[in-house]
Amino acid sequence: MAEETITLEVTRYRPREDREPRAQAFTVPYRKDWVVLDALNHIKDRVDGTLTYRWSCRMGVCGSCGMMVNGVPKLTCAAFLRDYLPGPIRVEPLAYFPVIRDLVVDIEDFMGKLRRVMPWIIRRTEQPLTAGEYRQTPAQLEAYKQFSMCINCMLCYAACPVYGLSPLFIGPAAIALGYRYNLDSRDEGYHLRQPILAEAVGVWQCTFVGECSAVCPKGVDPAAAIQRSKVAGAKDWFLSILLPRGGRS
Amino acid sequence: MSAPPAPRPGLYYPKMPATWWLRRPAYLRFMLREVSSVFIAIFLAVLMVQVYRAGQGPEAYAAFLERLASPGWIAFHAVALGFALYHSVTWLKLTAVVQVVRLGEHQVPPRLVAAGAFAFWGILSLAILFAVLLRS
Amino acid sequence: MLQHDVLVIGGGGAGLRAAIAAAEESDRLSIGVLSKVYPMRSHTVSAEGGTAAVMRENDHLDFHAKDTIFGGDFLSDQDAVEVFVREAPAEVIQLEHWGCPWSRDPDGRVSVRPFGGMTVNRTLYAADKTGFHMLHALFQTSLKYEKIVRYDEWFATSLLVEDGKVCGVAALNLHDGQVSPVTAKAVIICTGGGGRVYPFTTNAAIKTGDGMALAYRAGVPLKDMEFVQYHPTGLPGTGILITEASRSEGGHLKNKDGYRYLQDYGLGPPTDKPVHRKMELGPRDILSRCHIQEYQKGRTFDGPYGHYVHLDLRHLGEKVIDKQLPFVRELTRNYVGIDPVHEPIPVRPVVHYMMGGISTDLDGATVLPGLYAAGETACVSINGANRLGSNSLTELLVFGARAGRAAARDALGRPPIRSNPLAQLAADERRRLNERFLRADGRERIAEIREEMQKAMEKGLGIYRDRATMQETCKTLRHLRERFAHVGLMDRDAVFNTELIAALELESLLHVAETIAHSALAREESRGAHTRTDFPKRDDTRFLKHSLATHTPDGPRIDYSPVTITRWPPEERKY
Ligand code: SF4
Ligand code: FES
Repeated sequence: MAEETITLEVTRYRPREDREPRAQAFTVPYRKDWVVLDALNHIKDRVDGTLTYRWSCRMGVCGSCGMMVNGVPKLTCAAFLRDYLPGPIRVEPLAYFPVIRDLVVDIEDFMGKLRRVMPWIIRRTEQPLTAGEYRQTPAQLEAYKQFSMCINCMLCYAACPVYGLSPLFIGPAAIALGYRYNLDSRDEGYHLRQPILAEAVGVWQCTFVGECSAVCPKGVDPAAAIQRSKVAGAKDWFLSILLPRGGRS
Repeated sequence: MSAPPAPRPGLYYPKMPATWWLRRPAYLRFMLREVSSVFIAIFLAVLMVQVYRAGQGPEAYAAFLERLASPGWIAFHAVALGFALYHSVTWLKLTAVVQVVRLGEHQVPPRLVAAGAFAFWGILSLAILFAVLLRS
Repeated sequence: MLQHDVLVIGGGGAGLRAAIAAAEESDRLSIGVLSKVYPMRSHTVSAEGGTAAVMRENDHLDFHAKDTIFGGDFLSDQDAVEVFVREAPAEVIQLEHWGCPWSRDPDGRVSVRPFGGMTVNRTLYAADKTGFHMLHALFQTSLKYEKIVRYDEWFATSLLVEDGKVCGVAALNLHDGQVSPVTAKAVIICTGGGGRVYPFTTNAAIKTGDGMALAYRAGVPLKDMEFVQYHPTGLPGTGILITEASRSEGGHLKNKDGYRYLQDYGLGPPTDKPVHRKMELGPRDILSRCHIQEYQKGRTFDGPYGHYVHLDLRHLGEKVIDKQLPFVRELTRNYVGIDPVHEPIPVRPVVHYMMGGISTDLDGATVLPGLYAAGETACVSINGANRLGSNSLTELLVFGARAGRAAARDALGRPPIRSNPLAQLAADERRRLNERFLRADGRERIAEIREEMQKAMEKGLGIYRDRATMQETCKTLRHLRERFAHVGLMDRDAVFNTELIAALELESLLHVAETIAHSALAREESRGAHTRTDFPKRDDTRFLKHSLATHTPDGPRIDYSPVTITRWPPEERKY
């Protein structure tokens, strides 16, 4: 019996030689329990050792393996071949990011944005470790938990046309992360972080396409974080006009 | 605002095609929502003219209404109504995402919040409709 | 020249903890973190169940110490364990202060759950994504320190040693393919374990023992490498981990007759509610052996990926599963199409953790001046012959911090590094990579050698071992090392050459595999995770000692060093 196969159309780009990316077709064995990443590994190990992509955990938690699969941003370790029958399956680098080689994109820009939203606990006074943990009720934990689930896979950026059109936009995941710390009952850094989120390239650039939340594999819902930050920003603004010296400190 | 980062050599910078919004249904829906505001703006302008004409006396107002009865304007208003509804629906859905409603430890699912908002919207619209019908 | 005072290799839990500790030790230090992946991709991210520390009034440091030593079958260094349990509580609280979203009790304290082999509830957790949250909290906190300079997607290819002291590393920048020296007065290796020497493992693809091999090739011995932990519950096929927490929440292991078979192996009696150290809360080495014995009795299921048993969570109910084990539900739904609320999960033992590693003292220092190690890559040793679940995350905090501080103090006391000879050493390394890989035209394929190595390791160094099969594996490994000399790459590009990285990783894996095989062959007893059918008993007279594997051109040489016993004399290990 002939082995069942499926075809992958994979984007190739060699920085020193190519001006533009191009697609290359590979036919690989079809296995019901294979994910797109398994197919790529098959190609790399047995067909073409030059195929270049990132991966590690193969269980959807390290965030390395995001690519466009048939035009939609996906974790390739969680995208089963069986959901794309009969193929061919288009595998491209994450949209809107500069491409380093083949399926590997440059994420330095994102790493910088991550730092800009100050994703760490800010306190006026640190409690000494000997005094134990900061108390936080399950409800207080629940308030930000969802926004702490981000694996930095950047699928949301690849789904965001605003990011595509204006790369300075801080973008969904970074804003969600800043918002996560603003919501944390242990944090006192709202007054430092919110101005950054509310900058010209911050939340107000978002026109609520909503695709970031649709593609997020971890249910983070960055769109909600952005919209809620807008509300918080607007509230601050009104308060600052109504009560010039009061408002939120 | 800082300058965009300088492109680095060797990297391929993908370009955004002018037709990007045709690529995915979600993008198209988004574009429609954006376009809807144009229609709503025109509708509001017409409304303002209407108020102005009403102030000029019954004749001016009648002439104005006459003009509005043309098939073109009726078509426009039909489309504008469609867009207004579409915009309202998306807006209410969005409100549900933005407004966190809590019951104890758990968050009320946005779907429920949205359902509540829609119900409220429906009741309000009906009330207005009744008020208008009763007066005429 | 890229220069730092302290250079950390590896950006996972241990590496980031070390970097922050070094940064806090003195304002005058510059710290580098060099890692082959972006920090948040590190394998710490996959840890699920929790992290152990004495947190409550009903617990005591001595209980934690005793559980750890007992679990490690008395091969742990007891002075190290005492330091470990003493510093654990402050470390987990520190992480709480840094924003880690620990699960909470109604009164706002961090919650603790039971865990395998522990006598008291002392495992803190963040649902079942503890490692993920710890890693991201550490990474995000590290962004606060401007002194910490990161080299993301750089691969350290060798240690630069001058006058018997470590002076930095030669490292390959994936983005442009350049090999540069990165100098430092102290280097801390935090590169994790090497589970990828086996075909079937919970470990991520990046876990190739690079740091162990780096130290080993520089002459530092690897300690207790024969002790490889099988986790009793991985998904067949992929090897994806199903956390031990699913058992501490009350999950049952059942054979194909629906029978809780662990009661047949001295772990009973079976109870409905989990009881500490009994049944499903027994230690991992014992549970993995029970699985194999069930298989030999013909009482396991048979599937396309071999034998398996059932992990049954159904009686816990949807609420508990969603609150305490949401990731288990996500993983099983995605990867085996099973909803644990309604169906039992197929599981089997899978390679999970290496108790052994770079031999260090209590401060993470190795025998090579200026070189430190912490985390899974190191062997201090607290885990002895078998690690208890939830001790490894704590270990990377406690010993990551200790190594960071010690390296910082060390660096403050050392004169500036002279760069000339180092530039030369780095140039040599560049030439080596070129000649060995990029310009060589060998015919051997990386994937083939890797697969044969993995097969040989599974065969000879699995849960049960004996002399003849291990000897065969040693022979195969030696042969594969020769074949590796003729490896040929298809990829000659400088930019992001992942095939070159795969070759370097395979080099590391082969070294690590050999140390495991030779250490195991020499240890003629059964202890903890090392079980020999030809020597089924623990032998304290001959083998109450650490094995040390040292690199020689003909493969590892095995020596021994004594185990430190303070207050807990060896006794029979019975649960
Ligand atoms: S918000 Fe979701 S899609 Fe975006 S980076 Fe985080 S996990 Fe990925
Ligand atoms: S490989 Fe880690 S998320 Fe896919």
